[in-house]
Amino acid sequence: MKRLALACLALLGSLFGVTSPGVAALHVDVTQGTIQPMPIAIPDFLGSGRGPQIAGVIRADLERSGLFRPLDQKSFLEQIHDINTPPQFNNWRVINAQALVTGQSVAQPDGRLRAEFRLWDIYGEQQMLGLSFSTTPENWRRIAHMISDKIYERITGEKGYFDTRIVFIAESGGAAKRVKRLAVMDQDGANPIFLTRGDYLVLTPRFNPTAQMIAYMSYIGGRPRVYLFDLESGRQEMLGNFPNMTFSPRFSPDGNKVVMTLEKGGNSDIYLMDLRTRSVNRLTSDPAIDTAASFSPDGTRIAFESDRGGSQQIYMMNSDGSGAHRISFGGGKNGTPVWSPRGDLIAFTKQASGSFRIGVMHTDGSGERILTDGWADEGPTWAPNGRVLMFTRSARGGRGSQIWSVDVTGRNERRVPSPGAASDPAWSPLIQ
Amino acid sequence: MLKTHTGIKLIAAAGLMALAACTHKPPATVEAPPVAPPPSSADTAPVTSESSTIIPGSAEDLRVNVGDTVHFDYDRYELRDEDRSVLQRQAEWLQKYAQVRVTIEGNCDERGTREYNLALGARRANAVKEYLVSLGVSGGRVDTISYGKERPVCTESSEDCNAQNRRGVTTVVSGAASS
Repeated sequence: MKRLALACLALLGSLFGVTSPGVAALHVDVTQGTIQPMPIAIPDFLGSGRGPQIAGVIRADLERSGLFRPLDQKSFLEQIHDINTPPQFNNWRVINAQALVTGQSVAQPDGRLRAEFRLWDIYGEQQMLGLSFSTTPENWRRIAHMISDKIYERITGEKGYFDTRIVFIAESGGAAKRVKRLAVMDQDGANPIFLTRGDYLVLTPRFNPTAQMIAYMSYIGGRPRVYLFDLESGRQEMLGNFPNMTFSPRFSPDGNKVVMTLEKGGNSDIYLMDLRTRSVNRLTSDPAIDTAASFSPDGTRIAFESDRGGSQQIYMMNSDGSGAHRISFGGGKNGTPVWSPRGDLIAFTKQASGSFRIGVMHTDGSGERILTDGWADEGPTWAPNGRVLMFTRSARGGRGSQIWSVDVTGRNERRVPSPGAASDPAWSPLIQ
Repeated sequence: MLKTHTGIKLIAAAGLMALAACTHKPPATVEAPPVAPPPSSADTAPVTSESSTIIPGSAEDLRVNVGDTVHFDYDRYELRDEDRSVLQRQAEWLQKYAQVRVTIEGNCDERGTREYNLALGARRANAVKEYLVSLGVSGGRVDTISYGKERPVCTESSEDCNAQNRRGVTTVVSGAASS
């Protein structure tokens, strides 16, 4: 395996132009979700380097967010010839655009691609943002996603989430002989890569905080255990040497520890392994099932699921295992708690009335809201900005699973493109 | 410094961002170890009945004549009374063929979350193992594995199917007669 060069992608971003002073006139409130997405005009980028494709990825990113409505290029009255000349704002007001993105992408003499763009406030008649990026040509999609993030951030005031990846389980074959492979792809489904061949079962992958390492469960050799997969080296490594099944891994927020479940004599409890010393601490000691642990973003607490009270419910404990107490009281069974990266909410799977749905609750269990209405939705994962979730949606009759996304508002439910059936998504942080 | 366009002042420059996970080449995967070799037994015992060619002491013998599967109620792992007789026959068979090693596979229906079902499948497999051990089978001959909801035998979304999938299956690992 060739070692991947660490600096295989260098992106140089620079602000150029004068940004609008003070409060932006143009704003989308993401807390409400939008019923009226903002009309935005994004003409194909000028220049010699994938301009139309880059603009296409930006339009798709913003459209999928549900907060923007990219306008049809055929409606445009003005053709952009030079991105350094301000547009005729009236030409864009006439077609009801509230924002305009102009850009160009040029192949440099050294072979690199340089893309720059400007974001214009049509009614305020001013530039809101101007940035340029350069990279190797094969990373053109990342430039597009970074531009999408900058536009989203400037207009919503929230961090973007488009320059991110998803680790997931790619599925094929019938339900009784399902083949599952570890895979990663961009958040929009592009650039899928299969990391295992499907000759053994793999489940529940999670990224570490740098998105370089994946913790997952593998049945390789007929021994179900937690493994680490290093994306840089391609190396797989069994985590620890336990006599029984280990499963349901998740990294601590600093990436130095993995919380996971160990099974012993049929009983499952939660343990914490320090990746530097390999020392293991037991966090729960209960004859009930304790699993699906998830750290708070500040690392001080761990949410998990347990049936110690008679049915599967969500509990909270300190990260040393002390102070465990139940927090889910909203009816039905509740499991797979996942802390929001913002720390304000816990996403979970509710099992009630014959269906599995994705919900969110405050970290004390109050304010429960159900976001989806599928027949079998489970296993939520958060976008790094805490505004969007992905989850697994399974169809009746073992006809396979797909990854879907929904806003934390409960709006904008969409299927995430993937190469075939897919399950167990885990969202990366913003790529550094 | 970067040259700016149209004379507008450069107000910020971001640093170099290095990213390693961006080269889209699949890293090498670990090969699965080879499957255990088939039992080397040269046992050519006669068939047990006129209509059967099943060799006593074979994996097929366990599956067909003894019964290799027990079932569980929804979200439970207690053994049912009718299944205890199946496990009693398994224990007798394992006493008779003392070189056989088995794995108990614990399985669940689709009506549970993935991690919970892995834990529940482990409970079920362990319940089977503990009962076999209580009947005198050495625990060292019996392994357990949970497949959670990953290995259904019936794939319709119905209670009938779910009931079939909530199961513990005793499978021969080694030491059985060749079929």
